[in-house]
This record gives sequence, structure tokens and C-alpha cells, in this order.
Amino acid sequence: MKKVQILYIGRHAEILATVVRLLNQNEQWQGIGALTDEEAITLFNNNNFDIILLGSGIEEEYEKSLCSFFRKEKPGIIIIQHYGGGSGLLASEIAQALYVHHKAAIS
Amino acid sequence: MKRKEFLRKGLMGTSMFVATTALGEITKNDIDELKELDVVGFNHIPNTDSTVASNTVLHKADTRGHANHGWLESHQTFSFANYYNPERMHFGVLRVLNDDRVDPAKGFGTHPHDNMEIISIPLEGDLEHKDSMGNASIIKHGDIQVMSAGTGIFHSEYNKNSDKEVRFLQIWLFPNKKNVTPRYGQLTLDVNDRHNKWQQILSPNEGDAGVWIHQDAWFHLSKFDKDFETTYQLKKKGNGVYAFLIKGDATIENITMNQRDGLGIWDTDKITIKANTQDAEILLMEVPMTMV
Repeated sequence: MKKVQILYIGRHAEILATVVRLLNQNEQWQGIGALTDEEAITLFNNNNFDIILLGSGIEEEYEKSLCSFFRKEKPGIIIIQHYGGGSGLLASEIAQALYVHHKAAIS
Repeated sequence: MKRKEFLRKGLMGTSMFVATTALGEITKNDIDELKELDVVGFNHIPNTDSTVASNTVLHKADTRGHANHGWLESHQTFSFANYYNPERMHFGVLRVLNDDRVDPAKGFGTHPHDNMEIISIPLEGDLEHKDSMGNASIIKHGDIQVMSAGTGIFHSEYNKNSDKEVRFLQIWLFPNKKNVTPRYGQLTLDVNDRHNKWQQILSPNEGDAGVWIHQDAWFHLSKFDKDFETTYQLKKKGNGVYAFLIKGDATIENITMNQRDGLGIWDTDKITIKANTQDAEILLMEVPMTMV
């Protein structure tokens, strides 16, 4: 079964490493992280992500610009805010995003 | 794909807790080492319809998520870690309400947080706190602890005592402003100041009673005599209030509540409360119902 491909973007290197490690602990997910917008765009262009996770430290204008780029390049992309830094909410955030997406797809 | 299978595939194998760089040298019990638990969700525990009125939601204690890791037992009002229920994601900006028990000398190893207002309220025992901002302290029953995680913070929380459990409420609120400078605070409250009245323990305002956070929220604690009746007037238009019955029984807006039940009410400016048992303890959390 194809793994859910996830790109995490955040400015805090240690939290990024933590979130990516958590993502990859789940056998159904494959995660990679980007600290900068340039890295994020390069990774986005070279992969086929299902979900973009927006972490902490991204200034509002850069976040808007990134989201606009991702949605233009891949209209069906799921973009969600990740809150809490990895411990506690990550699974339910992704599950909820997939659930909502799945519901929309079958309706 | 069937709904249950879909949820299971989305979640199986997830170990939610994390420990990274070591802050503490305390008893090794990093939460990374937690055994993965089966997903607990709305297909696995009884969740009767919790909407009891158009502006009211009742969460009975036995419908909460439950995780038992041995050293840690947690009852979760909203989806957290292995517990996922799409109907229990949050109440307004209130995202996490965990009712935790930690074994003697055990605890949460160093782990990160960001962009969340995190409040801990010890109910029994003592918690030892350390964080990446250099704070090291003990919080005990009667205290309240707050962390604005903002751009990122690492911390550990351990049961200070080797001979008794610690029980505490762990509460997370979405902040009204992202990427703030991380901040830690704690305060010792006068527990006598909540007898038959509301004791404010948290607000958005530095200098107001209790601790403060980056959110238009107000928390109050009370300890009521049996049959004592009172009201709570909401502070801000548009806010809702989530009542959590820490101890005893009470009736809130004509809804009977028992220990550890939670009741959320919105589209109102006032609620009425009556204690049905002696020393009924209630935590009221007034929170915005929408994100800024």
C-alpha cells in the first residue's frame, strides 16, 4: 500500500527532526522536513506529497506564499497547521485531514 | 475502504510521544519508549450522542479516550495521541483536556512543544518541571503552571515523589497569536479562596488574578457546599464555557453531571450551577469558540 507522503515545514531544527522522526515511525506515512522555503519548494517539486504540515516559526506572508504555490501546483494537496510540536496532536491532525479529505472524495 | 479500516490504517503504528535531547538525568522513562497502543476511537468505546441541546455538548467521563502505559494512565476528553475521534477534536480553542496519573518517580522525558498554550493543574502530588529556558521547579496541588510554547520549547515533567502518585490535568489551548517567544510561569493559589465562589486562575491579562496566556480565555476553580447554587457570567461575547467536574456531582444548566464529566455550552452569556454533593470541585474554562 502506498504510504501517505508528508512534507513538514518548520523553522525550529530540533522540532523538525522530532516531527519527521515521528512521522516515519508510522508504517503508513513517509515524512520529510524542510527548514527553509527554498528547501520546501525543491522537495515539493521533486516529490508527490499528499499532505503539507505547517509547523512553527513560519512568518505569515511566507506561509501564504507557500500555500498559494503548493495549491497552484497541486490543487488537491492537503495543507494543515501542525500545533504542539509533535507530541500529542500529530496523529489526530493527520487522521482528521485524511478523514475530511476521504469524506469529500466519496460525497 | 470501510471507515474503521480507514482510521486504523491512518493511525496504526503511531507512537505519539517523543523524547529527544536530554535535559534531565532523572529516572529513565523517556516517552519515546512507550509501547504502541491500539488506536482508541469512536468505533471502540461507547460514544452516545453527546449533543444534548443545540448549544450544549456533554462528554461523560466514561466516553473519554483512555491510555494506560503502566507508569502513565491518561483519560482524554479530546483526541490525543492514540485516541482519535473526529467528533472530539476540540471545544473552541480548547484542544486538549487530559486527566493524567503518573507513577512515583516516573514521568515525561524531555520533549518539544510549539504554538500552544499549555496549562497544568496538579490535583494530587508534586510534579518536577525542567525546561530549555532554564526553569526548574516543583508544582504541587494548589499551584497552576503555564507554558506558552510559541516558537519552540523543550521540557520534562516528572513525578517528584518516589512513594506516591501524581495526578494532574493537562490542558492545551490554541494560541491567539502564533510564534510568540516561549514563556513559563507558575503560581501558588490560595485554595481557601474558592470556597463557594469562583477563583480566577487564568486570564489573558498580565497582572490580573492567576496566570496569563496568549488567548482570550478565563479559567476559574471552585469548591462548593452541597446545594450551593450560583451563576457564572461570561467575560467576553462569543466565548463558550467548558465545565469539568473534578470532584463530586453538580447540575449545570439543568444537566446533571458526575465526577470527571465535561459540559460545553456556547451561545450564552451566563450559566447556572448547583452542587449536588459536598465539596463539589468544578473547573470552568471560558474560551473563544473560533480561532482568530
